[in-house]
Amino acid sequence: MALVEIRDVHKTFGKVEVLKGVSLDVEEGEIVTIIGRSGSGKSTLLRCINALESVDSGEIRVEGQKVHARMPDLKKFRQRVGIVFQAFNLFPHLKVERNITLAPLLTGRIEKAKARALAADVLTRVGLADKIDAWPEQLSGGQQQRVAIARCLAMAPHLMLFDEVTSALDPELVGEVLKVMEAMAKQGMTMILVTHEMGFARNVANRIVFMHQGRVWEQGPPAKLFANPETPELASFIASAK
Amino acid sequence: MRSFSLIDFVSLFAALRWTVALVVLALAFGAPLALGLALGRISRFAGLRWAMAACIQVIQSVPLLGLLFFFYFGMPVFLGIQVPALVAVTVAYTLYTAAFLGEIWRGGLEAVKQAQWEAGACLGLSAWQQFRHIIAPQALRLSLPPTVGFLVQLIKGTSLASILGFVELARAGQVVSAATFQPLLTYALVAAIYFALCLPLTLWSRSLEARLDGSR
Repeated sequence: MALVEIRDVHKTFGKVEVLKGVSLDVEEGEIVTIIGRSGSGKSTLLRCINALESVDSGEIRVEGQKVHARMPDLKKFRQRVGIVFQAFNLFPHLKVERNITLAPLLTGRIEKAKARALAADVLTRVGLADKIDAWPEQLSGGQQQRVAIARCLAMAPHLMLFDEVTSALDPELVGEVLKVMEAMAKQGMTMILVTHEMGFARNVANRIVFMHQGRVWEQGPPAKLFANPETPELASFIASAK
Repeated sequence: MRSFSLIDFVSLFAALRWTVALVVLALAFGAPLALGLALGRISRFAGLRWAMAACIQVIQSVPLLGLLFFFYFGMPVFLGIQVPALVAVTVAYTLYTAAFLGEIWRGGLEAVKQAQWEAGACLGLSAWQQFRHIIAPQALRLSLPPTVGFLVQLIKGTSLASILGFVELARAGQVVSAATFQPLLTYALVAAIYFALCLPLTLWSRSLEARLDGSR
């Protein structure tokens, strides 16, 4: 059984059908990168996977459990599926430590006495151990995004979703975030990413999924997909992304 | 006619307790109601949003004096109930406070980005936990200056209760002024007392703002 099973998912916003029958499996430990033009439905698909959006038809299962906005243990489910956003969304009124420990403490995952150690541990994994007492606004964009990743890691998720996490960053800050994600990939974290970083997609992902007009247009290992795109749409996308 | 003496001074300060009492009552009942209205205004249920907006609109559109008259003089006429003055005044100031604070707090809540709720939800927090730990503290800081501004309005607005016979600060000023025939001195004193009541609030709000915004 795949960790994530997506079957014929449709999603409409108003009159616009954003997802037109998407099916996709993601195995445990796999790194899947979703690429495609703006409006192809990539981010919507990602948001459907952790029930931030509900699907109109079809179904999504994560660890065998059917996902939807009204699922009974939605909160528990979301603790297992981390998501990192383009805009970081750190809590500006809380220091880095509290940003990280808030959810583990409130959900009863850890005791108060162990909270700081947990924050220190996940911050070390993203290379920011010295920022534990900083305020979010004192950090650069790249550092804020790494804290956002650390905040997710603190929940020990089984699956991580990344929604264009480097798109809001200055070019010189992209590398530090990608490096953290690469390290996570090496540690065996199952990851689904929506990204415009073709280099990262090519080097780190096990599989590339090209979405076009609300469908999975083409998918396969990066080497094959980039070298021999089967559809003209992917060929033109790759050409334009270079 | 007699000259302004210590007794006049004391009577002004004695009347101050009604001013304070009215403010405390208005806040004690009005603030929880305001929170309810603010939450109703940002609810995902459209019906609730509209109902709350309508309540607020009606109360805000009626002059405070109108509210006081309605509950004191209007209730016996319309419903045949004679309401004690204190109850009528409390209800009027409570509604007034709820409507204005409710709108101020709604503004504060809405000023916190939707993505903050989402970030909390994605970490597995309940809606209440998101509100309590993520949204409310940020909204509170944003709402603090207008909240204190309203509080100052409320303190001064209690002077209208004098019309229903409450000898609060403004009414006591009238009495003293009539007895001593020294309106200038008396009202200057009354104004100074109002000022002394409002100034610490403003200062306190500034220090609180700085404290809530630890990052700066």
